[in-house]
Amino acid sequence: MKYDNYIKVEFPSKSCNEALARSVVGVFASQMDPTLGELGDVKTAVSEAVTNCVIHAYPDSVGVIRLRCRVLEGDLLEILVRDWGCGIPDVEKARTPLFTTGGEERSGMGFTIMESFMDTLKVRSRPGRGTSVVMTRRLSGKTAEG
Amino acid sequence: MKVITDYSPPNLFIRCVGELDHHTAAETLRRIEQALDRYLPKNCALDFSALTFMDSSGIAVILRAQKRMRETGGSLVLVHPMSQPEKVLSASGIHRFVDIRY
Ligand SMILES: Nc1ncnc2c1ncn2[C@@H]1O[C@H](COP(=O)(O)OP(=O)(O)O)[C@@H](O)[C@H]1O
Ligand SMILES: [Mg+2]
Repeated sequence: MKYDNYIKVEFPSKSCNEALARSVVGVFASQMDPTLGELGDVKTAVSEAVTNCVIHAYPDSVGVIRLRCRVLEGDLLEILVRDWGCGIPDVEKARTPLFTTGGEERSGMGFTIMESFMDTLKVRSRPGRGTSVVMTRRLSGKTAEG
Repeated sequence: MKVITDYSPPNLFIRCVGELDHHTAAETLRRIEQALDRYLPKNCALDFSALTFMDSSGIAVILRAQKRMRETGGSLVLVHPMSQPEKVLSASGIHRFVDIRY
């Protein structure tokens, strides 16, 4: 796909990197001149996707998380979060609100929040091989606000 | 993430300062539960006015604090969430189960 700019980073699935991933995406997206609200939405979705890798993909070990951000056709931001962890046996079920395998500490609302904060969300997963989450969000930004 | 408590009987104020995500959630909940156990307040106000970020990890923290308060016959109210946490609260539907004061 055609892109104007991109960044690709990899980091270990440690929980301290959740904030790091949000910051990286925030700084990258800034070039698109987003509103604070749009920035908050994107950071929230990234936080959910990366947290899922930390908790669910690599439950008993530290694995690799890849984060890629691209600017597509000017004002379209695409974010990929991928892991090589345990995978999701039933993606449709996993995306259902309140579904969680994480017990009392989780709410099961991660995918729901990603869906509502971004324009599109695609989840591809293979048990034993890993999961990739691709999300896009059009940032109409400050120019649209006038 | 900073958790600052202030008890003036029978009300406990808990001020959360910083970012509430999976990384900070366990410690935040531990601090909140510690304060609830210590003071056994009638009412607890979770002050979110200085919480600059929250994701779905925060939802579980709020619900568990609320459950804890209800078990002892008390109540919990969430005070002044900023716009990003507020959006997470409404997108998840939790604003229907938790008393929020804007
Ligand atoms: N990257 C991943 N690897 C493996 N399983 C995942 C991944 N992301 C999500 N899941 C599964 O999907 C479920 C729902 O995820 P989510 O909506 O974020 O809720 P939560 O994280 O609170 O459980 C998780 O409980 C987990 O079983
Ligand atoms: Mg999640």
